[in-house]
Amino acid sequence: MASCGSDYQVIVVGGGHAGCEAALASARLGCKTLLLNMSLDAVAQMSCNPAIGGLAKGHLVKEIDALGGEMGINIDATGIQYRILNTRKGPAVQASRAQADRRMYAERMKRVVERFPLLDLKHGVVTRLVVKNHQVGGVETMEGIVFTAGAVVLTTGTFMRGLIHVGMSNYPGGRAGEPASVGLSDFLRSLGMEVGRLKTGTPARLDRRSIDFSRLEPQYGDDPPKPFSFLTKKIDRPQVPCHITYTNSRTHDLIRSGLDRSPLYSGVIKGIGPRYCPSIEDKVVRFPDKDRHQIFLEPEGVDCAEIYPNGLATSLPPDVQKAFLRSIPGLEAVEIMRPGYAIEYDFVDPIQLYPTLETKAVDSLYHAGQINGTSGYEEAAAQGLIAGANAALKVKGGQPLVLGRDQGYTGVLIDDLVNLGSREPYRMFTSRAEYRLLLREDNADQRLTPAGYAVGLVPEARWQLFEAKMESLQRGNERLREVRVSGADRETSERLNLGELKNGASLLELLRRPELAIKDLLFLDATLSDLDEDVLNQLDISTKYQGYIDRQLEQVERFRRTENVVIPDGFNYDRLPGLSAEVQEKLKKVSPRSLGQAARIPGVTPAAIAILSVLLRRG
Amino acid sequence: MDTDTIIASATPAGEGGIGILRISGRNAENLLRHFFKPIGPISSLESHRLYLGTFEDRDGNLIDEVMSVVMRAPKSYTREDVAEVHCHGGLVIMRRIMDQFIDGGARLARPGEFTFRAFINGRLDLCKAEAVIDLIRARSESAGRIAAAQLKGSVSRTIHEFQSEIADLLALVEAYIDFPEEDIEFADQEQLRFSSVSIFSRIESILKNFDFGRILREGLSVLILGKPNVGKSSLLNILLGESRAIVTDIPGTTRDTIEENLVLSGVPLRLIDTAGVRTTNDPVESEGVFRAQNKIFSADLVLLVIDGSRPTDSDDLLALEFCRESKILLVQNKADLSTVELDERFVVFPRVSVSTRTGEGIDRLKEAIVGLVHGDQAVGEVSMDTVFSDRRHREALVRCSASVQHFIDLLSEGASPEFLALDLRDALHALGEITGETTPGDILDRIFTRFCIGK
Repeated sequence: MASCGSDYQVIVVGGGHAGCEAALASARLGCKTLLLNMSLDAVAQMSCNPAIGGLAKGHLVKEIDALGGEMGINIDATGIQYRILNTRKGPAVQASRAQADRRMYAERMKRVVERFPLLDLKHGVVTRLVVKNHQVGGVETMEGIVFTAGAVVLTTGTFMRGLIHVGMSNYPGGRAGEPASVGLSDFLRSLGMEVGRLKTGTPARLDRRSIDFSRLEPQYGDDPPKPFSFLTKKIDRPQVPCHITYTNSRTHDLIRSGLDRSPLYSGVIKGIGPRYCPSIEDKVVRFPDKDRHQIFLEPEGVDCAEIYPNGLATSLPPDVQKAFLRSIPGLEAVEIMRPGYAIEYDFVDPIQLYPTLETKAVDSLYHAGQINGTSGYEEAAAQGLIAGANAALKVKGGQPLVLGRDQGYTGVLIDDLVNLGSREPYRMFTSRAEYRLLLREDNADQRLTPAGYAVGLVPEARWQLFEAKMESLQRGNERLREVRVSGADRETSERLNLGELKNGASLLELLRRPELAIKDLLFLDATLSDLDEDVLNQLDISTKYQGYIDRQLEQVERFRRTENVVIPDGFNYDRLPGLSAEVQEKLKKVSPRSLGQAARIPGVTPAAIAILSVLLRRG
Repeated sequence: MDTDTIIASATPAGEGGIGILRISGRNAENLLRHFFKPIGPISSLESHRLYLGTFEDRDGNLIDEVMSVVMRAPKSYTREDVAEVHCHGGLVIMRRIMDQFIDGGARLARPGEFTFRAFINGRLDLCKAEAVIDLIRARSESAGRIAAAQLKGSVSRTIHEFQSEIADLLALVEAYIDFPEEDIEFADQEQLRFSSVSIFSRIESILKNFDFGRILREGLSVLILGKPNVGKSSLLNILLGESRAIVTDIPGTTRDTIEENLVLSGVPLRLIDTAGVRTTNDPVESEGVFRAQNKIFSADLVLLVIDGSRPTDSDDLLALEFCRESKILLVQNKADLSTVELDERFVVFPRVSVSTRTGEGIDRLKEAIVGLVHGDQAVGEVSMDTVFSDRRHREALVRCSASVQHFIDLLSEGASPEFLALDLRDALHALGEITGETTPGDILDRIFTRFCIGK
């Protein structure tokens, strides 16, 4: 084998959102790391919508940040519109979302990667892995260059055998304007892995100058914008609005008239697309009663002409795309800069992974991002960070980092992937998290920073900040309990509209009242009023929702009981005649590590779990 | 995993026309072939076919003429190979046959082990396994009907209906949480309220039937209480239609509690006769009183017996004091003698006047007891499909009902949807303990089929 590459400890293949976090995490843990990308100019690209965050995704970004990742800091440096979603609902289901300046986002991330100690960014199209005795030893590029490493992370995005569809024409490609990666998925198949095919899509990009914004409703961001990262104090960058418009029955007629040339409806596309992110033709066909669909026009950057029409993903022929776009208010004269397209790509069913994201087929080989059948930058980045960290920990001989469903959305995401596998692109939703009320954006650092610090992902400076915050919280909690308003204090009672206080009340008791917020009480205590806003916010939430939080903590307690019943390695399911062949097959495929995990495998019946439970407890 | 072969008598011990021994496990057929010699030129036994033959011990001595059957796995009760020997029902014969099997390597089955194996081998789910036990223990026809319905899956079916409806509600709530940017309006609040109230009231009516179901299953425990010599034991005897308790004129004859079973209009009763209540220095009698007191708490109904021909005294009041917290049916005995006016402290209770000597009023007493089991509803009128009789199921349903109730409360307070979702998830979790699970994946499926999601 020709070899002129160099030796590394960890190699990350693919420089997207998963790959960047994986490489950075590995380097942070002190491993000599190589990030290989097909193009040095296409690092951290936003192939679809120019935004970070959203419901459950904002939660993931905060978790990545709490674990020392880069995504939160990067969007804070390049965001051009910030909004907190669900502000009229409770704190657990509020989430941050930001529009990014797409070019600046990618440039900044590339700069971070290039400058990071122990981390090299290089060009390379990987077509094979070096594998000996089920153990990965490195990668081989299209040119025959071999780079060796103790562990490899694959983050191939939509590139493996990518096939782009616009109308009835299609061509190989990993993303608009970039070639597909051919060979690697066949190689994985040769290692015994099951490789499947998924599909996703993106809308046309529109020329800003051809849109009549004066007729459209603007949507501004929050003022002041609230940053993602626990480290960012303030967003300074100028902010811009998005605009809202709607499709109408003429749009739908035009779309229907083009369905005979739709690759989706003519059966050309075989891969399965995401149900939560359907193309516009899908929406029109599946929900014929809906007479309009909402469209957000999102700028791709502050001084960039491209506009992203969110809600209009399509793979219809370009002439149909142009026609239906022009039927939409504000877009009557619109010019398409790049047509929308669908893309099919290879993925490896994540049921073939351990909860560390290591493949069961090959030791020290890790998968993260769309190769695991997920969609979304945030889902990819969260997996990347965990896979990169575990690759490095494996090389260094440390304990792997596995997060529980009760610890974070990252834990839920990975647990779902390895137990359920994916049949369609997986997106995070808050409804996937059983312990949603505990897994809030505001406490992501409390949930995960200690775990990140323990393995070495969180640097000392961030840890100091975290400890200071925890001290403030403790001080704040003490003051809430200690400081009391006496019944005789008429002035305070009247000012806060407290009514009759017979024996007085502690600030904690007052804060439990739904009508009082913590900022109303600050005048009563100097220590409290000196605390940071995020600390006060946390005190408010943990006091007001204590009943619910306690309920969820009880559920977590129950959850851990089955989670702690260990199924030994190599447990022989063949000995259990009570399990149907189908259930046995599923258990063997996933090889769950605990009774709790076994219970989450679809198709494993409660009766089967009862049987397993009896046998495991009997020993 | 147990793979050893187990044996037990399938018919009750004692003399009977036929005794059946059941053997289950890998060696069942081998062992049978070793001792059982079918009549005629038969080289192998067909599964599920009864053969006549002889049963011989190891040395070839005839033990009995028997019928035998082999039921090969998986088409058997335990899903293992099962063999049965039908012999003449005598203690000695059965023991000798069983000894042959045990000497040959089989082991005596633990209680419930056949059913346990059926469960472990996936033939029965938990609900159904429980039903089998109930079916065997059923003490009345109605109790048997409940257990049989549960075995058929009636409980599972009812629970699945609730699960599906609650999951639908949850999908509406979750869609509103997870897709704030879509133009999804929070589902019609009236619809949410209507559906949840409907679920709640149906669960409540099942819970109301539960006591009925439990009574059919476990029997209504009826405690006979009163001061000495008012005719408690006579009442027990006349209800049973036999002389079970010793009856004398000497007060305090019954020193301990006596329990007897009886079926009244299809309702199984457990009648408990107790020592008469009075202040006494006799240590044996006090112990009897103490035992009676202990039984009061667990009784479904107390028959408080007084002598209707005399004014009530302090011992009658003491008896009343003992059972004040229980459901009371006042029985005024000795109606054949003169009657005196009832003390106002006793007037508040439903009462029946009887004579244990003449049998007068006893039918009315029986009617009153049965009436108290389930209001005016006759036993035959309640559909067995919606009667839950298992305490484990009831406990889960109670929690489910509480969660749905809480959901309804929060809904009217206008609470944020994630809290509404928490209650619905709790409700689903409680139901899941009875049968299967509802996974978050199911909820998302419901959302996607209902809403046009996706920008």
